[in-house]
Amino acid sequence: MSNNEINNNDNHEKYWQANIKLVMWCLAVWFVVSFGFGVLLVEQLNAIRLGGFKLGFWFAQQGSIYTFLALIFFYVHQMNKLDKKYNVHD
Amino acid sequence: MELQTLTFLFVGLSFALYIGIAIWAKAGTTGEFYVAGGGVKPIFNGMATAADWMSAASFISMAGLIAFLGYDASVYLMGWTGGYVLLAMLLAPYLRKYGKFTVPEFIGERYYSQTARIVAVICLIFISFTYIAGQMRGVGIVFSRFLEVDIITGLMIGMAIVFVYAVLGGMKGITYTQVAQYCVLIFAYTVPAIFISLQITGNPLPQLGFGSTLAGDPSTYMLDKLDQVVTDLGFTAYTDGTQSTTNLFFLTMALMAGTAGLPHVIVRFFTVPKVSDARKSAGYALLFIALLYTVAPAVGSMARFNLINTINGEDVTGTEYTAMPSWFKTWENSGLLAWYDHNSDGKIQYAKGNPIEGKKPSFADDRGQYGERVVTNPGKGEIAKGAPFANELYVDRDIMVLANPEIAGLPAWVIALIAAGGIAAALSTAAGLLLVISAAISHDLLKTTFAPDISEKQELMYGRIAITVAIVIAGYLGANPPGWVAETVAMAFGLAASSLFPAILLGIFSKRVNRKGAIAGMLTGLIFTFCYIVYFKGVFFDPIGVNKPENWLFGITPQAIGGLGMVFNFVVALTVSHLTEEPPKEVQEMVASLRIPRGATEATAH
Repeated sequence: MSNNEINNNDNHEKYWQANIKLVMWCLAVWFVVSFGFGVLLVEQLNAIRLGGFKLGFWFAQQGSIYTFLALIFFYVHQMNKLDKKYNVHD
Repeated sequence: MELQTLTFLFVGLSFALYIGIAIWAKAGTTGEFYVAGGGVKPIFNGMATAADWMSAASFISMAGLIAFLGYDASVYLMGWTGGYVLLAMLLAPYLRKYGKFTVPEFIGERYYSQTARIVAVICLIFISFTYIAGQMRGVGIVFSRFLEVDIITGLMIGMAIVFVYAVLGGMKGITYTQVAQYCVLIFAYTVPAIFISLQITGNPLPQLGFGSTLAGDPSTYMLDKLDQVVTDLGFTAYTDGTQSTTNLFFLTMALMAGTAGLPHVIVRFFTVPKVSDARKSAGYALLFIALLYTVAPAVGSMARFNLINTINGEDVTGTEYTAMPSWFKTWENSGLLAWYDHNSDGKIQYAKGNPIEGKKPSFADDRGQYGERVVTNPGKGEIAKGAPFANELYVDRDIMVLANPEIAGLPAWVIALIAAGGIAAALSTAAGLLLVISAAISHDLLKTTFAPDISEKQELMYGRIAITVAIVIAGYLGANPPGWVAETVAMAFGLAASSLFPAILLGIFSKRVNRKGAIAGMLTGLIFTFCYIVYFKGVFFDPIGVNKPENWLFGITPQAIGGLGMVFNFVVALTVSHLTEEPPKEVQEMVASLRIPRGATEATAH
């Protein structure tokens, strides 16, 4: 294996680790807004009002979906940056 | 213009559009036939994915489900959108980098095993056919109600349209038709919702409308009023749940992972030019889906609100049958509404309780004293706990979206629009499913397994034959829906979550999972989930176990069990893999290359 290839593999490994870290953070948020706010904590959150909505109910039927959307576009943006940083973009 | 003329006009125009696109987008190569030549722009792929994904069930049934389940239906909203987060971050970009045609192909190659590939083909065909039966049924319902042709004629027309653009255009034709179908269905869904939201709350945005105050009473929020009205009738409050948290948890998980593991959705991401496009296009797909999914809960709550007020009237004593608007009689004629006058006062009352014995009403041939259809299987007419009177009204959930504009008294063109939208939703999903079935047969079974010598031209021909046969079978299933369709849709999600999703995910994120681990995992997930559902629901025969909470494992319903099946799949796959040898070096290198976006080429045969 040439030095170049080793550097390349090393670079790819770092890129992959950065990717995993990003995905883990995103999925943590994904889990909290849906399973957390929408299911497990719904009763506690329902004590809080958001206009005409109980907050837990709003997360379950609206808020989680908006958060998912924001998450994907955030992920796309960050990944494009990572692709460039590690010079692996297509 | 008359409602029926308008409906013919709208549906006819949309069909002309689909056929026009089909002629323009004729597929010439297997690449165009399977993955639209890999040149679809992310935003168009997003729209096509949204139409592909949003089926007759999303368009027709979901808001009805929400209307009657209230908070409990949230799991469908979260599950069917949250799956796209998994798809965008865990599957789509890597499968795009892989750059071949089908999902079984990936599984076969990653796990260096024809057996794994065949298992994947079986899962795929089973999942896809259960779905199609539902779509064709949706086409039939819309045709028979709005165009007043019988279900079979409606089905034949629907089949003919799909035939033209799917067989001719393959994935290319399907993609661009789906883009058009998305526009039709989202317009048809949101326009009536805006009207109704304005009517009830004065807010034109349905997403905000159902959290606003009532137009007639600015001091009361709509949802608070609805909560109060339904609890007065003996129901659980609309915004409260009745199901156990454990079950909601597993159901959400099964729906999310099932969504991400559905082959006809995954394959859409093979059609974009680059890896970064696959990510972006998953974002667009969710954006377009969210336009409908955030409106649906508003539609559901407002439909429930309107229905109760129309039936029970201002003073909550019921409305005389003879005074009901004409939509009531039309839907009664189709058997989706029924009334039995338990207290013999000539008025319809709606409250908690089952108005009939069993699940569906059956009717006598003659009419009753008010001109109503006579129900031959009435319930006992008992007053449910907390309800003011016995429930006399049977409502099929599926009519909530279709009848909603009529209940709200909207203009005829809005109602006609709903018909065109419902058909667009059903046809777009059916076409996507037909394509993955045909690709699995012509590409995975014939070209790679049983007849590797066929030329590209022949493969293309077999693909077209396979799609034709699949259309005929789908049409048959739509005309003679097996009693287990509803059960098998739950099964499709459970199976996708417990078999395909973990296998693909581990194939990308672990270099260590090998053939033995993957096959053992898939079979564990598949068999466990399948048996659990069959045990309680019965599929081809009567259920073995009584389907009630005391008998369920950890209180998990058969519908939600795929979430647990998925966990078993992961555990078995990882354990078996670590106890056995590493995958071959070239497979590990393939996994390494999947993880790097650079070097993605147009999807190729080999």
